[in-house]
Amino acid sequence: MIFIEALRSGWQAILANRLRSILTTLGIMIGVAAVIILVAFGQGASNSVTSSIQSLGSNLLYVTPENPNRDGEIVNPSVQELTVDDAIALNDPVRAPDIAGAAPERRTAVTCTSEDRSHSTQIVGTWPSFFSINNSPVSAGAYFSNADELSARRITVIGSTVAESLFPESDPLGRQIACNGVPFTVVGVQAEKGGAFANPDDVVIAPLSAVENSITGYGEVSAISVQASSSETTDDAEEQAIAILDERHGTTEGTRDFEVFNQASLLDTANTALGIFTALLGAVGAISLLVGGIGITNIMLVSVTERTREIGIRKAIGASRRFILLQFLLEATVLSLFGATAGLGLALLVAQIEIAGISPSVVPVSVVGAYVISVAIGLFFGSYPAKRAASLRPIEALRHE
Amino acid sequence: MTAVVEMHDITKVYGQGEAEVRAVDGISLTVEPGEYVAIMGASGSGKSTVMNIIGALDVATSGTYKIDGVDIGDLDDDALSLVRNRRIGFIFQAFNLIPRMSAASNVELPLMYRGVRRSERRRRALDALAKVGLADRSHHQPNELSGGQQQRVAVARALAMDPSLMLADEPTGNLDSRSTADVLDLLDEIHSEGKTIVIITHEDDVAERAGRVVTLRDGKVESDVLAAAR
Repeated sequence: MIFIEALRSGWQAILANRLRSILTTLGIMIGVAAVIILVAFGQGASNSVTSSIQSLGSNLLYVTPENPNRDGEIVNPSVQELTVDDAIALNDPVRAPDIAGAAPERRTAVTCTSEDRSHSTQIVGTWPSFFSINNSPVSAGAYFSNADELSARRITVIGSTVAESLFPESDPLGRQIACNGVPFTVVGVQAEKGGAFANPDDVVIAPLSAVENSITGYGEVSAISVQASSSETTDDAEEQAIAILDERHGTTEGTRDFEVFNQASLLDTANTALGIFTALLGAVGAISLLVGGIGITNIMLVSVTERTREIGIRKAIGASRRFILLQFLLEATVLSLFGATAGLGLALLVAQIEIAGISPSVVPVSVVGAYVISVAIGLFFGSYPAKRAASLRPIEALRHE
Repeated sequence: MTAVVEMHDITKVYGQGEAEVRAVDGISLTVEPGEYVAIMGASGSGKSTVMNIIGALDVATSGTYKIDGVDIGDLDDDALSLVRNRRIGFIFQAFNLIPRMSAASNVELPLMYRGVRRSERRRRALDALAKVGLADRSHHQPNELSGGQQQRVAVARALAMDPSLMLADEPTGNLDSRSTADVLDLLDEIHSEGKTIVIITHEDDVAERAGRVVTLRDGKVESDVLAAAR
């Protein structure tokens, strides 16, 4: 009862000073919008990095050769490169139960041409298991098979960037391309992966034997991609891979001539970093919300001073302290709630815009949080002016001009 | 019957030591129900202070004061608000209507603080406005009304509360002679219906309307005369 009456009185005061109410609301609106938008951008950036890491395969381990050195001094002069045999050893289900598959990769830069176009890219000679290990489905055509690998057939699955570059207006399936002059038949096009780092779609994938035969020659491989049986077992799979390779290379931790790169731990690191980034953005928004709150205190104090006489009249004809307190608190709270609602509207509008390739993603918690905080701001920043109004003595207030 | 106003040896002291001012110095005053009392005095005679104490806007330094038999000497701020709300209808020199609120809303306000339901208080507000002859102005805001009309709205606000005491502080001080007559006629009418009225004034012709004139001087009662004796 008293609540509704006080709300009505507060509302009348807000309407009576429309321009001032709007300006006060503006401060809160900008603050709330800033919090929601900045957090949404942080979340959007986080989503984009996470999805590009996941598109590489979330349970992927990547083994690359690494010269062991300490302060520039080579510790192990008899460095062995990674070989196809290493990849075969990693495919041992007894010694490496948590490894689902391992495929050697032999990468080299090539220039590929179609009938009338040319495109500089990278060729990857690998095994057919590469596609499942790297989470790389084809969007058209087929993969190559073990039989193709055994017979070193010159066929290829091309990335979507290569497909667009060499065959912009026609279907690449069944067509011939020449990479460094060696002809390959396109049998498949890899589904677009996208990504924030190197473009994983700018690649030509062919059977390892065919690439070795015709382009690179035999020898060491550039990397071995290893798939753990699940994302929970990536750490176990990493240990097993290290143990097998250490034994084959005769190395220990200090002299290790390879490096195992764990996708899951990268994801963790990236998420932690982005979480901090998002929190920082939110903090910047919170500062503007604080400024908005101080604006409310300011306006409410002006309002109390301006309405001293009115408060005196109200008290003279029987308003209790509690009523005056409630009226001013509700006035401040209503102002900040309106600001929060307008800010939310603004934030939802701005969140439609994509900036620097990041599409913001509005976090529900930040919306609820912005509302809760703006009510708190109304109560907190309104309480001082409200207390001042409530404790005015009626005779002094009535004398006020 | 319980007296509406019962002041006994009231003093009000401002400041301390050398700067001490005794604005009211031992006033005793009783107003019975249905009386129409004018309190007169030059400025500085203490009549404003007496008015504030009678209206429960201020508390005395010493002495006892009862409204309707209720001692208000040791009531806190909120309890004083309640006393004012239930028992006193104020009519101020400066009208003291709340700006940007319609006449009807202004009249309703004390009833709202009393917790009267919306429809009920709207009805009582319109009745009171009709009584002061402003039924057609109920939607007007104070700045759309003349001074005399504003003061009549203030009278309606006091009436709607159905108070034990109508307390008017120089009610005609800001009005021209015609509006003064209107407002004083209205007070006469209210008095004739049995209301108790205390009016603070320094004008003789205003005081003439009252049945009893109390004159203050230097914070003391100088004279207390019934009209019959004049």
